[in-house]
Amino acid sequence: MTTIDLDATKFEAEKLFQRKRLIGFGIPAVIAVYFVYIFFAFDLVGLAGRANMENAVTLASDSWSHKVHVTRDNRSGEISYSVEGERKGRYPEGQRPDWVTGDDAIIIDLGREHIVRYLPDNRTEIEIPGFSLIKVHAEGRSLTTNLPEDLPEWISASDRRVSITTPEGRITMTGARTEVFNYFPGWELFWFTLDSPYYGQGIGTILFGDQLDPNRSNVSGAISDWWNNAMWRHKDVAWAIGETILMAFLGTMGAAIIALPLGFLAAKRFSPFMLVRAAARRLFDFVRGVDALIWTVVLARAFGPGPLTGALAILVTDTGTFGKIFSEALENVDQKQIEGVASTGAKPLQRYRFGVIPQIVPVLLAQILYFLESNTRSATIIGAITGGGIGLMLTQAIQTQKDWEEVAYYIILIIAMVMFMDWFSGWLRGKLIGRKN
Amino acid sequence: MAQVQRRRLYGGMTLLIFVVLMVSGFNVADDRNAGGFWDGLHQIGDYPADVLSEAWEKRADLPALIAKYFPALVETINIAAVSTLIGAIGGLFLSLLGTRGLAKWPRLIPIFRRISDIMRAVPEIVIALVLIFVLGGGPVPAMIAIAIHTAGALAKMFSEVSENTDLKPVEGLASTGATWLQRMLLGVLPQVAPNYVSYALLRFEINIRASAILGFVGAGGLGYELRNSMAWGPGRFDEAAAIFILLFSTIMFFDQVSNRYRNRLTEGQGQ
Repeated sequence: MTTIDLDATKFEAEKLFQRKRLIGFGIPAVIAVYFVYIFFAFDLVGLAGRANMENAVTLASDSWSHKVHVTRDNRSGEISYSVEGERKGRYPEGQRPDWVTGDDAIIIDLGREHIVRYLPDNRTEIEIPGFSLIKVHAEGRSLTTNLPEDLPEWISASDRRVSITTPEGRITMTGARTEVFNYFPGWELFWFTLDSPYYGQGIGTILFGDQLDPNRSNVSGAISDWWNNAMWRHKDVAWAIGETILMAFLGTMGAAIIALPLGFLAAKRFSPFMLVRAAARRLFDFVRGVDALIWTVVLARAFGPGPLTGALAILVTDTGTFGKIFSEALENVDQKQIEGVASTGAKPLQRYRFGVIPQIVPVLLAQILYFLESNTRSATIIGAITGGGIGLMLTQAIQTQKDWEEVAYYIILIIAMVMFMDWFSGWLRGKLIGRKN
Repeated sequence: MAQVQRRRLYGGMTLLIFVVLMVSGFNVADDRNAGGFWDGLHQIGDYPADVLSEAWEKRADLPALIAKYFPALVETINIAAVSTLIGAIGGLFLSLLGTRGLAKWPRLIPIFRRISDIMRAVPEIVIALVLIFVLGGGPVPAMIAIAIHTAGALAKMFSEVSENTDLKPVEGLASTGATWLQRMLLGVLPQVAPNYVSYALLRFEINIRASAILGFVGAGGLGYELRNSMAWGPGRFDEAAAIFILLFSTIMFFDQVSNRYRNRLTEGQGQ
């Protein structure tokens, strides 16, 4: 090797090094600049101001706990007890939580010596350790209190409304009503609502104990009360999850059925006419490009909200994707097998059936099953737009902004559902075409 | 012969079960839908026809409308791009920490794998809706939601690639006393980068669609504008049409671009 050659190689190598160095430092720098741009474009500074931390706290605490409301209507003097303040969670007449005692004066023990007393004549007394006894009197629309001028930050008071927040519970008072919220961990009434005879019974009592309801056997009664639980709506939730999976199933399989013949039309080997091929490919590109969002919007106009619309939106979008994948798979088919089948005197249709299909089935099945899982996720989102399935229930629960334990329940169910479909499609793939490797 | 018959029977039964599932599933879905399938079928064209005819009447306004919604489009693309970047970085670490032979803490491999499984399983809408409640509407909830899902999804694809990496460069670097980060950066990343970038580009395509959809539930960008313009109904169909055009051409454009780059990236590799 001569010196000139060596110099040239050296020069080449140095240029390569320089280029690599430029890329090595340039790409991270570009990304960093882009992040800075996004920092301002998305107004992250303003976001800190707009973020509602109170919402975050409510969300975090409500999702794993529930509260029991003790409400006095100051006009009628009637006192009601209910879980989460909902009519469905109301204690039946004559029943109340065991931390409430007294008849004329109702004594509510919030725990750790926090005590609230509902006295006659719309008076309320609140005992909080380390603070003087608070007395509030509701008259008409206004409140009179013995609260001092400078209040700690956990009390807010005006002559219309007094609100006290303690770690043990919350008390709000207005002229119209006095309310105490007592917080407990756990999802209350998850199994049975208060009007069910099975509420508060252990599983042993239900399975082996005496008959609780004279008209029904314990097990069937318990299952039906659980299934029809008005608070948690297990029946509706199960239907919603079924709808979501159904959307994914119908959409994916329908798309595969439609895309298979179209895939033949778009594959060079099987479709001799260039015009047909180009038309099929443009069709795939078009339905893919329009995207599930627009298809959902358009189809919802024709079919109304519901699972069928979601299924069709998935079907149309995935027909494009599948068509593209299938036609690519068809172009890579091995010609020898087809020739072998043809040499036995097979007609064209038989050639396809025995020469082509066996070669592409594993590829297609793998794709279809992969999409089944990913479409379960899409169906959740599409359901939220078109109005069907668990996605709709989740959006509704979030929009009411109070049933955070239900939101948490739905989120857990959705994640479990997607993971189940992931596992199931993997299992099915293993059964049908054998494991990878 | 008996075996062939049995296989035929199994095949036939599978097909039968499949057909029964499809038909009954279709009937259930049809029942629970507000409008029936057969009634709706001939109405499919109505809405697009209305939108198109109105847009055609007001075609002079279209360029102005497209210009008006262009910032929203940029926001949608930005959401997708940032979340793909963050997701790719997160997925990179998750995959390296979850791959045998490369992990920094081999005992924690199952934990990192479960984390990426869960991140992958969470649909974007779940996180987006919760974050919209806390942070208010806008691009950030969508960005975080998509980034989390992307990190999980990419971690799985990345670790399939990194399982096949050649460990020799890593061992060589280890013998010089390189730290874990240096080993990964200099020993593994150059091997896997083309595949990783190719997967990230594919993900970017998907994320553009996702960010448009999330806008529809209140997370800013083009989807949000689409929902607003649809709420106006007839008379504002030209706005809907402008948004449709923008969305459609954007998706097509990025599909083509990323397709070309992905082909180039994986070409010179040889199987």
